[in-house]
Amino acid sequence: MTPSEANVTRNQEPAQIGGAAFGQQQARTGSTTLDQQQAQADRTALNRQLAQMLKGGVIMDVTTPEQARIAEAAGACAVMALERIPADIRAAGGVSRMSDPAMIRGIQEAVTIPVMAKCRIGHFAEAQILQAIEIDYIDESEVLSPADDTYHIDKTQFAVPFVCGARDLGEALRRIQEGATMIRTKGEPGTGDVVQAVRHMRKMNSQIARIAALREDELFEAAKQLEVPYELLLEVHRTGRLPVVNFAAGGIATPADAALMMQLGAEGVFVGSGIFKSGNPEKRAAAIVAAVTNYQDADMLARLSENLGEAMVGINEQEIQLIMEARGV
Amino acid sequence: MSSPRIGVLAVQGAFAEHAARLRNLGCSVVELRQQDDVRQHLDGLVLPGGESTAQTKLLRDLGMMEPLRQLIQEGLPTLGTCAGLILLAENVESTGDGRVPGGTVAAADLVDAGEPDGDTIGFACSALGDQRRPDPVVGFRTLPVTVRRNGYGRQLGSFTATAPLHVKHADGVSRGANNTSEETAAEDPIIPLTFIRAPRIIATAPKVETLVQLNGEPVAVRYRNQIACCFHPELDADNAIYQLLLSL
Repeated sequence: MTPSEANVTRNQEPAQIGGAAFGQQQARTGSTTLDQQQAQADRTALNRQLAQMLKGGVIMDVTTPEQARIAEAAGACAVMALERIPADIRAAGGVSRMSDPAMIRGIQEAVTIPVMAKCRIGHFAEAQILQAIEIDYIDESEVLSPADDTYHIDKTQFAVPFVCGARDLGEALRRIQEGATMIRTKGEPGTGDVVQAVRHMRKMNSQIARIAALREDELFEAAKQLEVPYELLLEVHRTGRLPVVNFAAGGIATPADAALMMQLGAEGVFVGSGIFKSGNPEKRAAAIVAAVTNYQDADMLARLSENLGEAMVGINEQEIQLIMEARGV
Repeated sequence: MSSPRIGVLAVQGAFAEHAARLRNLGCSVVELRQQDDVRQHLDGLVLPGGESTAQTKLLRDLGMMEPLRQLIQEGLPTLGTCAGLILLAENVESTGDGRVPGGTVAAADLVDAGEPDGDTIGFACSALGDQRRPDPVVGFRTLPVTVRRNGYGRQLGSFTATAPLHVKHADGVSRGANNTSEETAAEDPIIPLTFIRAPRIIATAPKVETLVQLNGEPVAVRYRNQIACCFHPELDADNAIYQLLLSL
């Protein structure tokens, strides 16, 4: 039997419309039909599921096609294309913006793994541009200079998926309500200091544990305190986890850092400046990838940590001039 | 079978979802993260979705590629989904990035590289023209099919669909389904299919059985002890693919 075209559900339609048209149409009309709502729900599911495929993996910041190929060869499950890694953004100062689309395309053509790129918090026009070049994931990121000090992007208007940073459960659920389909800790990017990422992951986990332990009739008040939608909090209460995948990010520089974050409950890690600001990027990248897979095997972690060359220099918490984690809460 | 012991490759990707489903079906699950894990007795193997480049690299670095290839060749019932299909495939093609403005394209379009819209900027055509680069993924190569990575496009090409699962009775193995011959299509269960940056099966050897077709193309196949699908049964509620694995 040859299945007819009719066997393809309408779910396939929005997928094939091409994301830009889907998002822009909604933005123009300002209202959604039932079909559009269904299409949006299907997209959200597919976008959350892509994040599930990245689990147990390492997403690496790259600034050139060559670095992207090194990252892919080292076993990265995705790359983040950006013009300057966070450590250099910190060093350079000034306003930091979305990368040149031509540069991002160069990286898309260099590798077969998913390519992510950053836009400024609240800068939906940058996000539209990234969607137009069919980026696989947009990071609405505090690493860049925020474009809006009040509103995040309404990510439900996009077909392309978004990952957002969060320091605690409240931030995470607000971003998810806005349409984020993946969450990462904010950490403090470009420092090589893992302390903030640890703090954010621990806080998230303890808040989730607390919500899971509440009586259901206590959730209304908890939602009010956390400033989050009740429905999402109810989901956290029932499942004991975030509704989307949660990665660690910000300050991860060694295989041990990666293993620490995985043991604290991260489902994968982002490594920004830690790889290409170090002495031997190829070796360090491969070691961090293997450490994320075998994060509980101390013997293997010891072998992986040997002779990696110089780690990125790093900036301690007290020495930081610019606090990125406080951007967009 | 009492509590079959299924190994789930857990180097990277959506292995936890497979493990949870298998446990619900009464299996005991072993996560395979390093060479020692592969040495224990297994009744089946699941290769999950994820990134096939990352998975092959880790399989090789952790010394699991050869032992697992041997187990598969010796007849261990194996299910590969998405990246798992790529690991099993004898031939893997990469389309560079599989990206085409406007979403999914037919395989033929990718090869011809031509058109998209008149006003499409040059990059698209050059990206498409530069098709057949050597692929970084060399997996087990035990399944005689050719797959194209990201063959349905980038994330904007991801989609869901449904189609019948059709299992032949040719070798007399009971599948638990009601099929009695190739023709009993009406009895075939309709199963949900979720494609995430999925690989596309573009050629199969004659002995490869098509289990699920979508728009005339195979999206799930079986060859001896190996079942492989472009989609993700671990993301939908249907158990038919798992039951098929457990019946092998």
